Amino acid sequence: MSLRTPMSRVLGSGPARGGAVHHWWVQRLTSIALVPLTLWLLLSLLSLSLADHAAVTHWIGSNLNPLWLTLTVAVMAWHSVLGVQVVIEDYVHGAAAKTFALFLNQFVHWLSAAVAVYAVLHIAFRGA
Amino acid sequence: MPARPLSPHLSVYRFAYTMALSITHRFTGMALALGLLVLTAWLLAASNGAASYAVAVGVFSHWIFRVLLIGWLTAFLYHFAAGIRHLVFDAGFGLEKAQARRSATLVILAVLVALAACLYVIFCPVGGAA
Repeated sequence: MSLRTPMSRVLGSGPARGGAVHHWWVQRLTSIALVPLTLWLLLSLLSLSLADHAAVTHWIGSNLNPLWLTLTVAVMAWHSVLGVQVVIEDYVHGAAAKTFALFLNQFVHWLSAAVAVYAVLHIAFRGA
Repeated sequence: MPARPLSPHLSVYRFAYTMALSITHRFTGMALALGLLVLTAWLLAASNGAASYAVAVGVFSHWIFRVLLIGWLTAFLYHFAAGIRHLVFDAGFGLEKAQARRSATLVILAVLVALAACLYVIFCPVGGAA
């Protein structure tokens, strides 16, 4: 005799795992947002003297660049975490390995995004 | 693998070059996920001061890293163009075979033109240099 109801046991165990529609929409919305954001980032990087520390940090900290940069980094991480998740779900078999890979995917992506945002804000408010 | 019959998998389909675009989209996406870590490392090095940044520039200037960076640039341009194609598909357009083949060619051409333009800007310094 279990305290768990039969309904609770089966909820969320279908192929969609309960979140597929949301996943699909966020993947599309982030990709639309990334069209202007990544285009801006690419053109900025191409026009920067990347070996020049002063020029790079000046660009990162000036105007609304810290805002666009943190937004770009965050949306890229969100888009990327969803994409890598699909690949893990397709190719990593075995419940334990899959769960661990999915956890690692979230952990690495959000840690990387947090570090990137921290770095941008550090340059913007404290200088580098 | 379960012993029961499974629905037809990729290997049963005759190869069409639109398939290559699809798998390349996935492959470049994975490469770009790794690229995010490099972007973070670049920002972190810049925030950590001129000395740290000089070390990062030294690493990024190594020929292996230069090749990788051109690879990431190519992957980005491809994922960008093919991603827009997929958004059009998702909106319900361009799904006829002939249309899909035409848009596939368009994606490849767009990537080649954009890559050539980027490489020109990088290697023929007008305003800035890599």
